[in-house]
Amino acid sequence: MSILVLGVGNILLTDEGIGVRVVEALEQRYRIPAGVEVMDGGTAGMELLASMADRDHVILVDAVNTGAAPGTLVRLVDDEVPALFKSKISPHQLGISDLLGVLTVTGEMPKRMTLFGVVPFSLETSTELSEAMQPKLDELVDLTVAELEALGHPLKPCVGEAV
Amino acid sequence: MAQRIVVDPVTRIEGHLRIDVEVENGQVSKAWSSGQMWRGIEQILEGRDPLDAWVFTQRICGVCTTVHALASVRSVENALNLEVPVNAQHIRNLIITAHAVHDHIVHFYHLSALDWVDIVSALDADPAKAASLAESLSSWELNSVHEMRRVQEKLKGFVNSGQLGVFANGYWGHSAMKLPPEVNLIAAAHYLQALEIQREANKIVTVLGGKTPHIQNLAVGGVTNSINMDSQSVLNMERLVYIKSLIDKLDSFVKNAYLVDLAAVGAFYTDWAGYGKGVTDYLCVPDLPIDAKGTKFAMPGGYIRNGDLSTFTPIKSFQDDFFKQSVAESSKHSWYTGEAPLHPWEGETVPNYDDFNDDGQYSWIKSPTFQGRPAQVGPLANVLCMAAAGHESTKTHLNFLVDSLNSVNKLVGGPGGVGIEHLHSTLGRHAARAVRCAVMLDEMKAQWQMLVNNIATGDTDTYNRPSFPKGEIRGVGFHEAPRGVLSHWCVIEDGKIKNYQAVVPSTWNAGPRNADDVPGPYEASLLGNPVANPESPLEVLRTVHSFDPCIACAIHMVDTENNEIVKVRAL
Repeated sequence: MSILVLGVGNILLTDEGIGVRVVEALEQRYRIPAGVEVMDGGTAGMELLASMADRDHVILVDAVNTGAAPGTLVRLVDDEVPALFKSKISPHQLGISDLLGVLTVTGEMPKRMTLFGVVPFSLETSTELSEAMQPKLDELVDLTVAELEALGHPLKPCVGEAV
Repeated sequence: MAQRIVVDPVTRIEGHLRIDVEVENGQVSKAWSSGQMWRGIEQILEGRDPLDAWVFTQRICGVCTTVHALASVRSVENALNLEVPVNAQHIRNLIITAHAVHDHIVHFYHLSALDWVDIVSALDADPAKAASLAESLSSWELNSVHEMRRVQEKLKGFVNSGQLGVFANGYWGHSAMKLPPEVNLIAAAHYLQALEIQREANKIVTVLGGKTPHIQNLAVGGVTNSINMDSQSVLNMERLVYIKSLIDKLDSFVKNAYLVDLAAVGAFYTDWAGYGKGVTDYLCVPDLPIDAKGTKFAMPGGYIRNGDLSTFTPIKSFQDDFFKQSVAESSKHSWYTGEAPLHPWEGETVPNYDDFNDDGQYSWIKSPTFQGRPAQVGPLANVLCMAAAGHESTKTHLNFLVDSLNSVNKLVGGPGGVGIEHLHSTLGRHAARAVRCAVMLDEMKAQWQMLVNNIATGDTDTYNRPSFPKGEIRGVGFHEAPRGVLSHWCVIEDGKIKNYQAVVPSTWNAGPRNADDVPGPYEASLLGNPVANPESPLEVLRTVHSFDPCIACAIHMVDTENNEIVKVRAL
């Protein structure tokens, strides 16, 4: 089974970078088992095509604007994911919608998709997450770990190990 | 009565650009180009270690990661007068060329070809005729009738199932679409093939850069790749041979498909050699340095006035004063305080937002000038300057494209007769990009060979350690990026960044009117453009897309309320 955990967003715009911060934390806190790849996608577009193509499961982590209160967490699955990105004109220009469109055309759509998103508190210019977002970071890491475990890939923490 | 059309956002994938045009009697009479996001990313760098700046600048833009990383290390090296080992120059040059080839292929096929190519019309094509035409134009291996049938069946599947994927937003059946079904089918086939081939270019960046999409091998003073021909874990012969195999695949596609498609598609749109001229002062910088000091370059650069190649003034080195002293940015029509043009080292980024004022401030993009005048940057500027400098590979591919386009045009009963002078146009910008992409492949092969030869002499140096003096130093790092001149300007005091300004290609082209109220290249190029149907202003998009707009990095948040793409109102 081939799983990609893809964190996307712009780390220069405060909470916009939450997806990237989640995959960074995941790599720092856990040993990533074979069959799972964890990737900082930043705000890239077509460069991510090969990494997303033909995956059994892609777990996306991103800041989302759903109209709900800041800090609201969302979990979307499968067809709900492209539907979200279709209406999203995001402050990072990752054309996830276009990328998924391309994967449809090339017949390489990931078989399953899960998106963990959070509504940002701040999109100011800064490389740090907002204070309110800090606890959300831990929640998103835990959600991602639980998802991977449900997919048959329990993660072992690397506490006490040399990194 | 004039009609006002607002197109927002213009870009299919990247960024947030708003274009306003007024249309009278079916033609654009006034145009405004406006960046709709503000970031002020430069401010993040103030007070930081200059050695780390590139790690942050690489995050400015999702498309142009490596180019901002490179311009940043070059600016710090320039401030320090630090030499870069020749191996490091070649490794950087391979990353630069691979990135550019990736970018140009994706721009032509995936971000702009559907302005010209009607995918639905390709369903009516005779695959045998399409294959026969394609095979008469080039020896590309994937032009067979079998391939054309396969692609057509695939497209039928998408259309019949309603699962158009990335083709969903096309201008199918628009009156400005002129290609016969067979040419549409050839272009559609190459569109799909290009989705495969672009991955090869990205692999080169990944092998050398360590990771994608953000490279990790750069350092102020060189690269962190260690070279050891006998080791498995570093840059060795096996990896270099693998890179060469990727270069060869890209070379075949670009020269036998991309360049030829430009001729085949362009032959039916020669009227677009008459639209989109705009600003004909052109600026590009030399790139692919082949010595440690940055005084010898594989690709020349310089400045041309009024479209006249005889005015070409070369930019000769990373230390070139003519370049350093000629750049300024005005914010008279931008949402910042101050309006007098400032040199980037003195540049300020203090926001002062107001409404969209036609005659006042209307953009988050500043207006850069070269010698007080707007300048067009990008592949067209690059190709014109290289041709003026006598660059052989440029002349060869340019002549090939012009000849091929004219022969296809005659074949279908057109008047032919398109020449180099028609490059100052919407079609010319696409043509120049294809030519530049072919040149990039020649240069990539040359850089690969130079690297191998240099390593063979026993030289494995890749890094010179920088050290910062007390007091203030200033540097500029420039790079001829896929969209044109990119320059990063840094002021360093006691080893910390005091001021940092990035003047990016899309700022040059998408800038608003300048301090003298002279329109920028996008604005000027739209004047006189035809618009057949204001509800579907495909022609406006054609000209804007020909610049390969990437506004995300041109502008220093986002208006998520603007989901409406085209607004039309009568004035």
